[in-house]
Amino acid sequence: MMSTATPLADSRPAAPAEALVLDSVTKRFSAAGREVVALHDVSLQLTPGTITGLIGPDGAGKTTLMRLAAGLLWPDEGTVHVFGLDMRHHGHQVQASLGYMPQRFGLYEDLTVQENLDLYADLQGVPHAARTARYRELMRMTGLAPFTSRLAGRLSGGMKQKLGLACTLVHPPGLLLLDEPTVGVDPVSRRELWQIVDRFVREEGTTVLLSTAYLDEAERCDDLIILYEGRLLGQGKPDVFERPLEGRTFKVRLQREHHNRSLEQKLSTLPEVVDAVIQGDAVRIVLREPSAVEAIHRALDPLGVVDIEAVPPRFEDAFVSMLGTRGRQDADKPDHDNSSETATDGTQPPRSTADVDLRIPTTDDTRPVIEVRDVKRRFGDFYAVKGVTFDVARGEVFGLLGANGAGKTTTFRMLCGLLPASEGRLVVAGIDVRRTAAAARARIGYMSQKFSLYGTLSVAQNLRFFSGAYGLRGRRRAARIRWAMEQFQLTSVANSNSGALPLGYKQRLALACALMHEPEILFLDEPTSGVDPLARREFWHRINALAARGVTVLVTTHFMEEAEYCDRLAIMVEGEILALGTPSQIKERARTAERPEPIMEDAFITLIQSRREQPARSGEAKREA
Amino acid sequence: MPSAPELQSGNSRLSVEPQRGGALMRMRGMLRKEFLQIARDPSSLAIAFVLPTFLLLLFGYGVSLDAKRVPIALVVEQPNADTQSLCGAFEHSQYFAPVYTHSLPEAQRAMLTRRIDAIVHVREDFSERLRGPGQAAIQLIVNGVDANTARILEGYVNGVFSQWLIQQVSRGSSVPKSRVDVEYRVWFNRRLRSRDYLVPGLIAVIMTLIGALLTALVVAREWERGTMEALMVTPVAMREILLGKVLPYFLLGTGGMALSVVMAVWQFDVPLRGSFASLLLGTTLFLLAALGMGLLISTVSRIQFVAAQVAIITTFLPAFILSGFIFDIGSMPRAIRGFTYIIPARYFVSVLHTVFLTGDVWYVLAPNLLALAVMAAFFLGLTRRISRKRLD
Amino acid sequence: MSRIVALITKEFLALLRDPRSRFVIILPPIIQLIVFGYAATYDVTDVPFAVYNECPGDQSRELLARFEGSPYFRHVATLTHEEQMAPLVDRRDVLLVLHVGPQFDRQLNTGGVARLQAIVDGRNSNTALIVLGYVQDIVTNFNLQRAGRGGVPAVPVRLEIRSWFNPNLVSRWFFVPGIVGLLTLVVTMLVTALSVAREREQGTFDQLLVTPYRPWEILVGKAVPGMVIGTLEASFITAMAVWWFRVPFNGSLVTLYVGLELFILSAIGVGLMISSLSVTQQQALLGAFLFLVPAIILSGFATPIANMVPLVQKATVVNPMRYFIVIVRGVFLEGTPAHLLYDQFWPMALIAAFCLTAAAFLFRRRLY
Repeated sequence: MMSTATPLADSRPAAPAEALVLDSVTKRFSAAGREVVALHDVSLQLTPGTITGLIGPDGAGKTTLMRLAAGLLWPDEGTVHVFGLDMRHHGHQVQASLGYMPQRFGLYEDLTVQENLDLYADLQGVPHAARTARYRELMRMTGLAPFTSRLAGRLSGGMKQKLGLACTLVHPPGLLLLDEPTVGVDPVSRRELWQIVDRFVREEGTTVLLSTAYLDEAERCDDLIILYEGRLLGQGKPDVFERPLEGRTFKVRLQREHHNRSLEQKLSTLPEVVDAVIQGDAVRIVLREPSAVEAIHRALDPLGVVDIEAVPPRFEDAFVSMLGTRGRQDADKPDHDNSSETATDGTQPPRSTADVDLRIPTTDDTRPVIEVRDVKRRFGDFYAVKGVTFDVARGEVFGLLGANGAGKTTTFRMLCGLLPASEGRLVVAGIDVRRTAAAARARIGYMSQKFSLYGTLSVAQNLRFFSGAYGLRGRRRAARIRWAMEQFQLTSVANSNSGALPLGYKQRLALACALMHEPEILFLDEPTSGVDPLARREFWHRINALAARGVTVLVTTHFMEEAEYCDRLAIMVEGEILALGTPSQIKERARTAERPEPIMEDAFITLIQSRREQPARSGEAKREA
Repeated sequence: MPSAPELQSGNSRLSVEPQRGGALMRMRGMLRKEFLQIARDPSSLAIAFVLPTFLLLLFGYGVSLDAKRVPIALVVEQPNADTQSLCGAFEHSQYFAPVYTHSLPEAQRAMLTRRIDAIVHVREDFSERLRGPGQAAIQLIVNGVDANTARILEGYVNGVFSQWLIQQVSRGSSVPKSRVDVEYRVWFNRRLRSRDYLVPGLIAVIMTLIGALLTALVVAREWERGTMEALMVTPVAMREILLGKVLPYFLLGTGGMALSVVMAVWQFDVPLRGSFASLLLGTTLFLLAALGMGLLISTVSRIQFVAAQVAIITTFLPAFILSGFIFDIGSMPRAIRGFTYIIPARYFVSVLHTVFLTGDVWYVLAPNLLALAVMAAFFLGLTRRISRKRLD
Repeated sequence: MSRIVALITKEFLALLRDPRSRFVIILPPIIQLIVFGYAATYDVTDVPFAVYNECPGDQSRELLARFEGSPYFRHVATLTHEEQMAPLVDRRDVLLVLHVGPQFDRQLNTGGVARLQAIVDGRNSNTALIVLGYVQDIVTNFNLQRAGRGGVPAVPVRLEIRSWFNPNLVSRWFFVPGIVGLLTLVVTMLVTALSVAREREQGTFDQLLVTPYRPWEILVGKAVPGMVIGTLEASFITAMAVWWFRVPFNGSLVTLYVGLELFILSAIGVGLMISSLSVTQQQALLGAFLFLVPAIILSGFATPIANMVPLVQKATVVNPMRYFIVIVRGVFLEGTPAHLLYDQFWPMALIAAFCLTAAAFLFRRRLY
């Protein structure tokens, strides 16, 4: 037990011992009679006073590693030392100088901000005298000062996350463990969180271990640890991973903007290309070797490509090319028995290269598929959506971006007929949703952010139900189910409970279910939240293929790089559309002298900040319907 | 609330490094948190205070085994002076609400449609036989479907009949007066009201709900919401976490108990013959046992839904059925009777019945209290043993 | 039509593939059947009693011998002092103490009235009442036989007691048919009350709502599994009652099943009403609990409705279980023909119609 006499400073040993050392750690779990190796022979160490990023796809063992470091789990083999002390024997002692924020922040939602802080201060034994100053400091950094008497449950996601962080920092920890602290949080909050963490490392010499699914965050870390299926793939500074890619990354631009989706499809089928991804008006590619660029030139020549520009590699490129091949193969055949299936590249629906049509899909029907006019939605006396107007054309990928509570989900639900609009006109596929929602529903596909499937039903049963629900029967139903199984590589898991599948599978199944009846419009509500970068990329390949075939896609997202995949997007703040246009148009608004090439995140933050500088009318009320 | 470190460092912040608070500070933090949560969570307050009221009212007014004004049919085939006095006896009894029917089939029909529970059948030749050499007979037909009511009804009819008979025979001189009379002395519950034993028993059921179900739910909730994980990585010790749960819910349970006792005594007029001290002692021991069970359940199951199911099946149902609260343990089959010995509520029901209806009879209370103490120690000790500050 | 079939299939799969809901469907019936079948009894047999006999005569010994010979009583103690009485009763070692005064025989022999003092533990008033009945019975018989020794029947009238439908007054015959109602209600309620709330919580409800199903189709999809599972459970308990617990079945199966289906419909109505009002499963569970407990307690399942406070008795008219309990006991034990049960059928039909309509209405409103 902690002695009351231990001085504050002593809890963080001054000795330059490594903050965290894992020595050939193996951790197994037995789930449903099967033994799963969560971590396999992992050895690593953290340098004091640095930020280390823990990166890896779903199920790589990130959370297990965090919990081992926190002393919540004991390794089956090997040892874990924090500040030179073995967690197995001195766990309790070490925990006095640990800060740990679990995935859901560990907050008591029925306590106020202040009460949460007081609780953790009490538990950490922070003396009363030291509290006032500490609280003031934390509240100033997190911007929570005006909300101290608000219940934690009523805070927005970003604020919760900052409060969670503040609670772990009431007593300055020597080692700070943050488990996916930025999941589901908007870019502004994300940026603020990083500022806080950075400051702590700088001023208090805290060592930070942070797991993340955002690859752009990796570049902010001093050191990176890459985990894959419980194995350590590498540890080093970000540029160590990027170096092998020098000279292999390019941006490809077509003459007309609209071609880039088809271009991306074309490029990703070329054997020289490791990775192709849409970035605004261009397609970013990673090649197998620098010399392959000639081959690309040759392949694209007939299509009127204007330019192929060499760009510096990003960590994302490195991650994808490192895991890409391996990840795709393994993800598609967990049983390693259906190699025939993976022979055709799983990242996209099998289409022969010859099929790729680089013309803009032209139809005589120029009427918008979705028409939104002055739509408002009121909850009590609070307007969640206050007068939104936009159109979506056929075959367009339209994105709705916004922070939590900006009203994008409300708008989305109104379009699907899940929520009636208080005012305004909503036309989907030529049908007025406010009047005949049921008729419109037969023509739309919907995928919600939680991949809401019947978890206790098997994959095949889910497909059977959704095809039946849309009135498919007989041969057509069987054909569609077969199609879904093949297209989405679900055959090997057809009889598994969908609830027990890895997230990537769930997402594919959810999309398959939404597509059973071949809808002309697809609604995707944060379709990639929580999914690792590889699965996200694969998902977008599919969406692009659908859009190329004329399916209209409306999507909401938190991921700024995903906004780049959209043809057009609307940024929503406090129930209003702040900006509407193509990604390049929107990025244009953030272009400044010192930032000639802004990314989407910059644009988003600039827009929101310019908005905040206006006198705030509606106060801080953040509320998502 | 000024604490030691505060006083110490208040005036000398610069010279002395502020001291880090210890177990006391952590304990206080845990307790304050728990009380705030209870105060803000309508469902735990509801379980502690609304539910007891609801159940007590429901049982107090809705459950009774005291049959009064039972509807019976009197089938008198040949009315005359003799039968009139018999019918009068039934009419004057507070236990019966007689109706007259003319034929047995009609009465049978009334019985099938549940309008009456019994038939008193007086045959045509009743008077004739009464005065003749043979013995006259009155037939009582009870509906045996509800066996208990039927049995009580038989007793009532028997009583009325004996009374009438004594009156009858005392008029005629030929009958010997020598006979045995039963003088009844009913101890503890002179009015023979079922409410007087149902209500104290019900308190045991309510305390089980508060102690085991509520605790199981709140601890499982911490696991579900991920706050337990965050707590475990702070310097707080496991025993402090457990104590932080036991103490508030113990107080909450005591509050629920007080409310129940007040309602029992003032609303339902149940006598309280024993002392508050013995009531408090019994409650304390039982609550500790129930809290221990609740903690154990949630430590093992960690999911609210499962914890609730397990708590209901292992604590609530046995407390309801096997504690002697409604059904006499003595009448159960031997195997089930043996099983009741491992149910804490059994001992608490016994304590409550004794304290309420008998008084502080220590040679009755002591073994029950001892059993409760052993169970409390067992469950709390086991929980302490298997709770570790680890997830696996 | 095929769309509804798809929906119903899904509902069944969702229910039966989930180990938790399987648990809810399978475990309570078995536990409750065992508990109520064996532990729930009001029968009073084997009453332990003590004798405190201060009279050395024959008459008192003869009377007491009758108690010892009775199947209802068990002689456990003979007292010599009055002070021994209280501890025995307090500790519940005995339920009854028979006290015979020193003058007992003399009074009887001189043609007087002798007193037998019966001290009864009244804590459980029900048991006490029944014990008193037994005592009275034995004493009355004793009196009759004593008087009859002269040759002529001393008492001109005797009371012949017969109990119809349950001649030995077995509690089990009373409880076990009631379990059919109890379990059907509990299972049907849980199945339906949780169904919509569960989908809401898991987010699948939105998914369901964006399909072209109309509200009533979803309602039918949710009602059918409750119907089928309720009927199956009721059939299982009925079979167990007849073949395991040996409760006589005198009426017609058709009558039972007509009543059963009406009852299940009304339970589904209430369940769906609760479900469409609640957002989380926990709320639904709480709602179901708040309905189930009074519905069971005030149904006549364990204690007669006639004994309740008049106001409470009136309130039971909205309780569907009250009617079904009458039907199921009537069909089992009394063999009541259907036409005598009309008064039980129509209120259930009314409750079912009202609740289902209300559920459909609430459901439609809560679509948003």
